[in-house]
Amino acid sequence: MKLTLKIWRQKSSNEKGAFVSYPMDNVDPEMSMLECLDVLNETLILSGEIPVAFEHDCREGICGSCGFVINGVAHGPERGTTACQLTMRHFKDGDEVTIEPWRAEAFPLIKDLVVNRRALDHIIEAGGYISVSTGQAPGGNDILVGKESAEESMDAAACIGCGACVAACPNASAALFTGAKITHLGTLPQGEPERERRALSMVAQMNAEAFGNCTSIGECTGACPKEIPLDVIANMNRDYICASFKRREELPTPVAPAVQRA
Amino acid sequence: MCRFATQNRVEELENGSSHTLRSTFPDTTTGEQLMATAQVMPHQTDPVTFWQSSNGKKVVMAVTGAMMFAFICGHMLGNLQMYEAPEHINAYGHFLHNLGELLWIERGVFLLAIALHILAAVQLALRSQVARPIGYSRSQMINSTYASRTMYWSGPIVLAFIIFHLLQFTAGYIHPHAQFVAGDVYNNVVSGFQVWWVSAWYIFAICLLGLHLSHGLWSMFQSVGLAHPRLSPLLRKAAVAIATLIVLGYISIPISVLLGFIK
Repeated sequence: MKLTLKIWRQKSSNEKGAFVSYPMDNVDPEMSMLECLDVLNETLILSGEIPVAFEHDCREGICGSCGFVINGVAHGPERGTTACQLTMRHFKDGDEVTIEPWRAEAFPLIKDLVVNRRALDHIIEAGGYISVSTGQAPGGNDILVGKESAEESMDAAACIGCGACVAACPNASAALFTGAKITHLGTLPQGEPERERRALSMVAQMNAEAFGNCTSIGECTGACPKEIPLDVIANMNRDYICASFKRREELPTPVAPAVQRA
Repeated sequence: MCRFATQNRVEELENGSSHTLRSTFPDTTTGEQLMATAQVMPHQTDPVTFWQSSNGKKVVMAVTGAMMFAFICGHMLGNLQMYEAPEHINAYGHFLHNLGELLWIERGVFLLAIALHILAAVQLALRSQVARPIGYSRSQMINSTYASRTMYWSGPIVLAFIIFHLLQFTAGYIHPHAQFVAGDVYNNVVSGFQVWWVSAWYIFAICLLGLHLSHGLWSMFQSVGLAHPRLSPLLRKAAVAIATLIVLGYISIPISVLLGFIK
């Protein structure tokens, strides 16, 4: 099948970028989006041009490396998949496919489709841990976890940190990501000791980074390759409100954000 | 130098800085280790208070929004007395105006709620604008409602309407084609709504209010952290249903006046 890939090309964060159209004649419908870019890059290399830079690692939708906005939708038209899991059969012969990087002040562009997602790392660093006593391994049934709690936690833990929620949100908010991390650890007994401090620190860091705010629109859930529910944002707010009251003497101090808000 | 660094760390420990707790264990750390961690500490920024956080501002918006919703419900029930004899609603209006200090307390509380709601909304909107300086060349919404995306439009238009509405029916400054009679609520409403554009503007603004409520009524639960896997989807439907009822309740009055049911 024939496709035209309209890709955002930008040499570095300092230089101006622009869309460049690449007509492709032999696109196999079974190819993934990334394989299609690989084929394009092979031809670009052969003709002496600079290949399109994009992030990728596992190519099976579990690492969270890949991701760009395809035809106005983060990770492309297929729900619950990453860009690497999107096969070209979802496009029609002759289509023009627009590919652009995540657009957010908090995600400065590095090159072409690659953005710096350090802001998300900062949020995890702020509270993404639990305290475990060293020594012998605990018994299997020492800490009982209810099935509903385990499932809620597991659903949130599915977050791969790709940043699609930020990219899809009209406000560029990282609420779904932060909510997923807080729900993941906060709903389990193992995460209970740090629950309040975690909510305070992670929310403070999220607010220090150049993200927007949540308006409960729900675009994030729609774009999320792991289909993390909007409820995690409510969990984050609940934990944050309770912690803000119980630990009102403790104001968390975030680390310097990846990008200073203008 | 060493002592200076250690002292800084100790101060931070006493302040209970979360970042300190993450990088050291206060009970066991010696002075040397404290200094070592101080050197690798990333640069810190100012602390984030509840009001400074976008989450905190959203809580304020949810609470003030809920207060305004309570007012909207009460006001609608009061208005529906238009379907009874004129004496009823006139007596009700008289009762409200003679609450004395209570009336001014109520007005003060609602003005404060409106001011906080607007302040938080403006600050959050500015923050969101900065958060995406470069937009997408193509943008397709896949999971949001029209109401949720237009909150920043429906809100200010409803505010403009409320100002007009107060000038017309409370103060009586704007009352086209008829004489405003203080205390005669029934006839003021009838003569006001007989002007077609007043009714049209009223119906349009109330529809936008309904749009605003259909998202706000469930979003406020999200902002204060109340969500439930089974109840949240029901809540979204309930929000739309309640918003529809409120719109119908309000716009029935100008429609009835225009059609001649209320004279």
